[in-house]
Amino acid sequence: MEFNEKLLLPDIPNLHQIEVYEENGGYQALKKSLQMSSDEIINEVKRSNLRGRGGAGFPTGLKWSFMPKQSEKPKYLCCNADESEPGTFKDRYIIEFNPHSLIEGILIAGFAMGIKTTYIYIRGEYYKWYLLLQKAIDSAYQKKYIGEKILGSDFSTDIVIHRGAGAYICGEESALMNSIEGKRGYPRVKPPFPAQFGLWGSPTTINNVETLSNIPIILNRGGEWYSKIGTPKHPGTILVGVSGHIKKPGVYEIPTGIPLTKIIYDICGGILNDKKIKAIIPGGSSTMWLKGDEIENVTMDADSLKAVGSSIGTAGMIVMDEDTDVIKVLKRISHFYHHESCGQCTPCREGTGWMEKILHSFEKNEATVSDIDLLLDVANNIEGNTICALGDAAAWPIQSVIKKFRNEFGKKVNKNPIQKVVNPPHLIVS
Amino acid sequence: MFTEENFKKIEELKKKYPKTNSLMLPVLWIAQEQFGWISNETMKYISELLNVHIGEVYAVATFYTMYNLKPRGKYHLQVCTNVSCMLRDSENILKKICHLKNIKLNETTEDKKFTLTEVECLGSCGSAPMMQINNDYYENLTVEKIETILNELK
Repeated sequence: MEFNEKLLLPDIPNLHQIEVYEENGGYQALKKSLQMSSDEIINEVKRSNLRGRGGAGFPTGLKWSFMPKQSEKPKYLCCNADESEPGTFKDRYIIEFNPHSLIEGILIAGFAMGIKTTYIYIRGEYYKWYLLLQKAIDSAYQKKYIGEKILGSDFSTDIVIHRGAGAYICGEESALMNSIEGKRGYPRVKPPFPAQFGLWGSPTTINNVETLSNIPIILNRGGEWYSKIGTPKHPGTILVGVSGHIKKPGVYEIPTGIPLTKIIYDICGGILNDKKIKAIIPGGSSTMWLKGDEIENVTMDADSLKAVGSSIGTAGMIVMDEDTDVIKVLKRISHFYHHESCGQCTPCREGTGWMEKILHSFEKNEATVSDIDLLLDVANNIEGNTICALGDAAAWPIQSVIKKFRNEFGKKVNKNPIQKVVNPPHLIVS
Repeated sequence: MFTEENFKKIEELKKKYPKTNSLMLPVLWIAQEQFGWISNETMKYISELLNVHIGEVYAVATFYTMYNLKPRGKYHLQVCTNVSCMLRDSENILKKICHLKNIKLNETTEDKKFTLTEVECLGSCGSAPMMQINNDYYENLTVEKIETILNELK
């Protein structure tokens, strides 16, 4: 049976107001959780099979269980609201229309792990959403859901919003922590992992906005109930963001496992001007591209997309029609990664620039045939050789586009290159 | 010098972070709000206030693109040109602004009113193309809309 309920973004007017949220069952899951033990909450989340919605898809319950039970240092939770992956625009909808589900999720997570303070890292550009979220937090403080001894329990916790200032890399969890600490957003070498050595060296967990917003639902309706929505290995409803050459772009809440073609044609009304699909990027700009003829029978969930060599990422799907110049698009993506590389690791810092430069020469019809393999060689040498995943994210689109659209590169090659003599043999010494 | 009100804000912030040097980003934001941009003098001032080396303030202020290291026009037009906006013709939005205001990318108009820059994805892909003017988002842009929007900015 098809699951039609909207759990994260239900159609309830003014749900952002705390009173309306309460009238619709809000903060009941928190009250229930405060009567449970830490292990009981974590086990309920484990039972739900909830996987992180920030891109990596790590099982949330398992992540929480990594936090030490006893710790001399205070424990922290970071909520990742950096949302900077091109093609991704879902978390802002939760913040705008259902902020208390996020706050309640943070509080349940906080109680389960014994969190002293939660820092919500929101991207600097989301100024409007920062104000909206602060307002929601203030009203939750007033109602004693946050602060000293919440709802008469022994548990005290705080929520602080930390504004970023324009850096894609800060969406990477360890860069995010450095940024909260007041430093440059440089990713850290792992191990040690955040659960052992996170914010200010304390045990820390990092979860995405959408992940945390699922927590009250799981506690209210049970992990087992949740695990039966969508596909068993990646259950629940997800917020899919669709953009590009599409008739009805936007954020849609759907259960996992819905065919991509259904999302594109039924939910989003099809391609602009009824054209054919040349390619799609299924989960944000870092994920591997799929050709239009590859998406048949592929569904929106981690396993199905993995099986065709891509990944679900942030479920931000970018659709390109048959007239799209893939090299131009790829060059723009490469420019992005070059711009956003933090500069710590040489392969990424230098390689992203080289890739952009080579793609620029293709765009200008100045490249030679051997530049296709040179580009692939640079990408292959970045992948896996950097501290964080930004290097991989820069390499994957290039690898997949060369594999799938090699002929497009061929078309852009300069047919009559001027052979430059680099080292003219002026003198022949005999 | 920060205003009295901003000093109060900083005192409030100190309660939220276990270490004073972690106030770097919020204090840079406060400085930018008060002065409009982050000058070398401001950085020196912040380094003394937070008791950190000026090099650290400089390192942070230059890392994050939203901190303005030079004065901007009254209206900072930030046009997204990343994939989703690009597929929705952000190139022509940019061209139109250049044409209307007679400036190039990264330039400020002579009357110091408008600064035009290109930005990376701002999370408006479903309402592309878009631009941000100071703190506000302008979405579902068309070349026609640009003229109306710019005319309203006095």
